[in-house]
Amino acid sequence: MIPIHISKFFYPIMKRRDFLKALGAGTATVAGAALAGCDNDKPAGKQPGEMTMRVNPNTGDSVSILGYGMMRLPTVDSQGSAREDGEAEIDQEMVNRQVDYALEHGVNYFDTSPAYCRGRSEHSTGIALSRHPRDKYYIATKLSNFNPETWSHEAGVEMFQNSLKELQTDYIDYLLLHAIGMGKDGMAEFEARYIDNGILDYLIEQKQKGTIRNLGFSYHGDIAVFDRALQMHDRGEVHWDFVQIELNYLDWEHAKEINPRNTNAVYLYDELDRRGIPAVIMEPLLGGRLSHLPEPLAKRLLSHDPEASVASWAFRYAGTRPRVLTVLSGMTLMEHLVDNVATYSPLVPLTDDELAMLEKLGSDLVGYHTVPCNDCKYCMPCPYGIDIPAIFIHYNKCLSEGAVPDVAERPGQGQALHGDAKASTSDNYRRARRDFLIGVDRAVPRMRQADKCIGCGQCSPHCPQRIDIPRELHRISDIIEQVRRNP
Amino acid sequence: MMAGVTLLLLDFTGAVHLWLGWMARVQLLPAALALNVIVLAALAALTLLIGRVYCSVICPLGIMQDLISSLRKKKFRYRYSRPVTWLRWLMVAVLVAAVVAGVGSIVALLDPYGNYGRIATNLLQPLWLWGNNVLAAVAEHYDSYVFYSKDVWLRGGVTLAVAVAVLALVGTLAWRGGRTYCNTICPVGTVLGLLSRWSIFKVRINTDKCVSCGLCERACKASCIDSKNHNIDYSRCVVCGNCIDTCTHGALNVLPPGSGMKDGERKPVEQVQQARRAMLVGGAIVMADAVLAQTGKKVDGGLAAIEDKKEPRRTTPLTPPGSLGADNMRRHCTACQLCVAQCPNDVLRPGGDLMTLMQPVMSYERGYCRPECNRCSEVCPTGAIRPISVEEKVSTVIGHAVWIKENCVVLRDGVACGNCARHCPSEAIMMVQLDPDDELSPMVPAVDRSRCIGCGACEYVCPARPFSAIYVEGHDRHSLR
Repeated sequence: MIPIHISKFFYPIMKRRDFLKALGAGTATVAGAALAGCDNDKPAGKQPGEMTMRVNPNTGDSVSILGYGMMRLPTVDSQGSAREDGEAEIDQEMVNRQVDYALEHGVNYFDTSPAYCRGRSEHSTGIALSRHPRDKYYIATKLSNFNPETWSHEAGVEMFQNSLKELQTDYIDYLLLHAIGMGKDGMAEFEARYIDNGILDYLIEQKQKGTIRNLGFSYHGDIAVFDRALQMHDRGEVHWDFVQIELNYLDWEHAKEINPRNTNAVYLYDELDRRGIPAVIMEPLLGGRLSHLPEPLAKRLLSHDPEASVASWAFRYAGTRPRVLTVLSGMTLMEHLVDNVATYSPLVPLTDDELAMLEKLGSDLVGYHTVPCNDCKYCMPCPYGIDIPAIFIHYNKCLSEGAVPDVAERPGQGQALHGDAKASTSDNYRRARRDFLIGVDRAVPRMRQADKCIGCGQCSPHCPQRIDIPRELHRISDIIEQVRRNP
Repeated sequence: MMAGVTLLLLDFTGAVHLWLGWMARVQLLPAALALNVIVLAALAALTLLIGRVYCSVICPLGIMQDLISSLRKKKFRYRYSRPVTWLRWLMVAVLVAAVVAGVGSIVALLDPYGNYGRIATNLLQPLWLWGNNVLAAVAEHYDSYVFYSKDVWLRGGVTLAVAVAVLALVGTLAWRGGRTYCNTICPVGTVLGLLSRWSIFKVRINTDKCVSCGLCERACKASCIDSKNHNIDYSRCVVCGNCIDTCTHGALNVLPPGSGMKDGERKPVEQVQQARRAMLVGGAIVMADAVLAQTGKKVDGGLAAIEDKKEPRRTTPLTPPGSLGADNMRRHCTACQLCVAQCPNDVLRPGGDLMTLMQPVMSYERGYCRPECNRCSEVCPTGAIRPISVEEKVSTVIGHAVWIKENCVVLRDGVACGNCARHCPSEAIMMVQLDPDDELSPMVPAVDRSRCIGCGACEYVCPARPFSAIYVEGHDRHSLR
């Protein structure tokens, strides 16, 4: 993960554990001080009030506007600045502490899946949540049968039963068909995974039994599948209690611009709103991309409100529309959680001007040509060992920091310069080149870098953002090669 | 001097040789093999003027021996010994024969600079790199680019063993008898000893003052002072000046007009201590490569295991551009490992062939011979790798790529690839239909030998493991494309 908002300030002076210790003390004080009405030790800049809650019209659940996404759980050696090792185990102690903090501050929606964190997320979530009374939180999990081996009725039932076991519960509050519309042929896969094998009927049956309280789906990819699912709802074949969609100020109107095969969030939201179906929001921050903006854009937000984090704008944007039930955030670090809780306690809805300002910002962001990767790791593992999301994240970071050296500035290229001007240009280029190449090797080990991508294309069908992964990797590899070749 | 040469051999950034590269070039045997007349004449003149001062201040192996023997507390432990003349000249004869016959491995074993180079690069550089990597980790933590990490790997087991053995041999001799190695084995010492008999300035004994106490004899690490007969064997004296300092009667002096040649370098001691400190820090790092058995994509995340690549057997070994070919390399290289230690792409490593043992060969498991780099040609002191511009380099053919059909992932895994063709800097690889008559047959690489220069980009980026499906076969003599 790229270091995000608060962590940026604390890292140079405080180690993560120390910071958390300090924070733990702060938390206790806040809890006590809520009664005393005095909290000078508050950990974040803004004083948390009450978490904003939304009501699910189907069951009357009062759901916190901030939902905890369990897809990016902390690992034992994950440092704020360094990308976590693919091998590393989940740091259960940290998960417990963060879940405790979340519950304490009103967060009551936890979203996991059998596929997340190399299949270990449900287990870890189960451990953390089972330490609290079952009626204090809602569990969302999914039928994540992406592999054709799990498309049979039996395998589907087994996956659902296993979720109950891992989550240490006998009912699921929110059960989703996972990422319908994805794959090489989204419609065919939807039919094969959920309809033809009768697994949807099984889930409806479970809902009648009370093992599932709300049934919904999450959507990425082929819009025909989204429309088909809503038609089923209109015809009364199934009642969707909620639908999970990707929504943020970039995707609202620019998803199609970034990739013609994607659909703008405004369409998805309006379709749900028209039918009165609550929307659960995913990727409000685009995997951190909207918290780590290119400098001129970040400055624009900060000058609007110097005390609000860049990320907080994205969260307010996602939560402002009334049909939104909850906004999921994969909060790896305690710092993320603290900042998001502050943003939503309570949520101050954006004004029309602010909405317009962010949508303009979104359209400016499109111009940076970053790779629209949100680090969900659905593409992983690459059979040839490439660390795909790490490469994209690092490239995006370099782009937004202006750290990709311009080969045209290399000494002896471009316009003729003389004397000092020439020397300083060449020095700048040389330093930028050295830093860039060192940075590339630090972000990803050599054997897992973009130049090792053979273009077999096995990754692309798994990408919810429908990125042409090999093409992007080859493009990045060419950029790096150009810089390497021009000392 | 020793500190400088050591720094040169330890450096991996390519910055040091710009300042200290000359220190390798003034070494006698490398200069002789490079036919560097200026250096040879200067060294001869120096020796004729003040004796074998070369052995005391220029030769790093000589200084290393002084360091080792200075670790012993007992100072006056030497005594005069008769020269083992037959062994000394036998060694010179062997060296000359080896040079004439082009047996590079023997030359390498007899070159004091080469021996020191192997000791420094095989035993000290790993510690240096580990120390650097600790600093790099700290720098990374603070988002600084001052230090960057560098892989530490065993480049050649035989060479490491030879380095250890030579260090043990020279070290033991130095511990017991000071400069025994220089004065009985080292052919460079013997040849310089021949000249130093006639040098103008010499340590001379003033028999009027001498009381024949024998202190000077016992302080002489070269064991060349026969105090009873007031005789000094100038072929073995390295002009360290210990005797002059020791003599309580002022009977010894460098004459005519006296000038106190002191035992040169005290600084290197610090260097050794630094290296020791680096070892303590470096030892804490554990090199671990994360691996994960690949599961059939049911869950998200994780990294597939990457099997290490293995070096293919090349019928003709690869030598770097600038070396002109195997013959020039064999005849000039003293296997000092400077190029190996410097190679930024981890391509060079010492070879295992008996005739050319420890001389550099190339392989592409960890990187390839990149078009913008000519560092080995810049640092080589012996003329084994001659200076070559990057423009010349990219049109120098050192080998050619060969496709191994059985290993190719296109056929083995049934996937589209073409990574070799995409990365070939010479555009020598073309993707063609396996069966020209079948439009549906897979695209496989074909090598156009007229364009291939043997840089190894294809071999390095090939996904087939442990053996690449495309590898470079060396050429005995390089040619221009």
